[in-house]
Amino acid sequence: MRDVVITGVGAVTPLGVGARALHERWTAGECGIVDGEAPCAEYEATDHFSRKESRRSDRFTQLALVAAAEAVAEAGWLEDGLPVAPDRAGSIIGTGIGGVSTLLGNYKSLLEGGQVGPLAVPLMMGNAGAAAVAMKYDLEGPAFGVMSACAAGTNAIGVALRAIQHGEADVLLAGGSEAALHPLTRAAFGALEALSELGISRPFDARRDGFVMGEGAGVLVLEAGDVARARGARILGTLSGYGSTCDAHHLTAPREDGRRAAAAITIALADAGFDPTAIDYVNAHGTSTPLNDAAETAALKSALGQHAYEIPVSSTKSAIGHLLGAAGAVEAVATVLALRDRVAPPTIGLEEPGAGLDLDYVPGQARAMSVPDGRSARAISTSFGFGGHNAVLCLEAA
Amino acid sequence: MSTITNEAVEKTVIEALISFGAEPDEVTPETELTTLDIDSLDLAELSQIVDDEYGVTMKSSDVSKIKTVGDIVAVIVAKA
Repeated sequence: MRDVVITGVGAVTPLGVGARALHERWTAGECGIVDGEAPCAEYEATDHFSRKESRRSDRFTQLALVAAAEAVAEAGWLEDGLPVAPDRAGSIIGTGIGGVSTLLGNYKSLLEGGQVGPLAVPLMMGNAGAAAVAMKYDLEGPAFGVMSACAAGTNAIGVALRAIQHGEADVLLAGGSEAALHPLTRAAFGALEALSELGISRPFDARRDGFVMGEGAGVLVLEAGDVARARGARILGTLSGYGSTCDAHHLTAPREDGRRAAAAITIALADAGFDPTAIDYVNAHGTSTPLNDAAETAALKSALGQHAYEIPVSSTKSAIGHLLGAAGAVEAVATVLALRDRVAPPTIGLEEPGAGLDLDYVPGQARAMSVPDGRSARAISTSFGFGGHNAVLCLEAA
Repeated sequence: MSTITNEAVEKTVIEALISFGAEPDEVTPETELTTLDIDSLDLAELSQIVDDEYGVTMKSSDVSKIKTVGDIVAVIVAKA
């Protein structure tokens, strides 16, 4: 089986435009949540797109394109061009919702007696991000969206891993994107009592009362190791394993025992060939909802055993809120950079862990990651979505 | 509905194409649509604008032979 390496990462998040902004600001303990929500406030469409391009893309597609542009530039594709023939390259971009603002804007127009424009469908469709990225970079191989709610970004990266391993493609842009900060989604998640009424994201804390909705995108350049090495690409890390399961239990609530989430972790570790004790860090899903953080803690203990207590576990959502279908992709980007720098960023806002939540959640400040001599730093990144979708990636620094 | 004159329709069409992202100083009756990066989705939007403004319905079969900005104007005026 071919190895799959990461040669570029890109992100647009509430902590700024750029993967480094995310990594450095989160590590420094900065939080991008403002008034109970986490928009990409530093993103300006006019910085990146012509008027025509802006009109032809929903915000979620724009965020995906900006993240992809950063990742592609880092991978050296801008100077060197696409490293393989176009039909050996593709894009797999997950989203939880797709172009909901486009959909609702057109519906509003219809109700008011106006027209529904010809751009309504191509902008709102959930695969628009993948399609736009493929068009931008002339990727003629596999290109599609992935939908598994808040696990979508992670599933997209996992599916991309398989596609390269099995020879469907040699290079893929993979990730997730979401731009669903809209009164309807606020009301809808609010009706589920999933959102924090206090507007505070503090995963694993006793006072946690729900997630804070955010928006953003994360994209990784994944390449077959042989392709990347042959062209002398700078390799950031290795995508070593992937596991995907379903709770088959409840539309929104996770299994309390985290049994199938644990199974996804175990499958991902086995796929990577890693013993559970050979993991140095966990980038947790850590949503700040009462149910997730308890079930996830149970899953980590179940899958990693005693080792779960011995490694740092932190949640990116403490710094940027919950990016829904983009969350797993952005967290994969953050994990790659954390592994590179051997730093475990903090779970911001965590002061008093909830009952039974007794892992090392890195409260307060970032900490150096302890890595055994003789090998690179390794992590798992977990994502869980409404519908009971569990997806886990194993990542390793170069 | 606005009265259909060549001048009025030309103004409507040019304004629409600019709103779609065409460069204002490039849009003349003689400009070819490919030069302006105007494609079938833009023409579908333009059809809605023309329908709203003049009550003229342009179908995709009407626009299939269009090459220039002036061609669009001619099709609309001819259908009035």
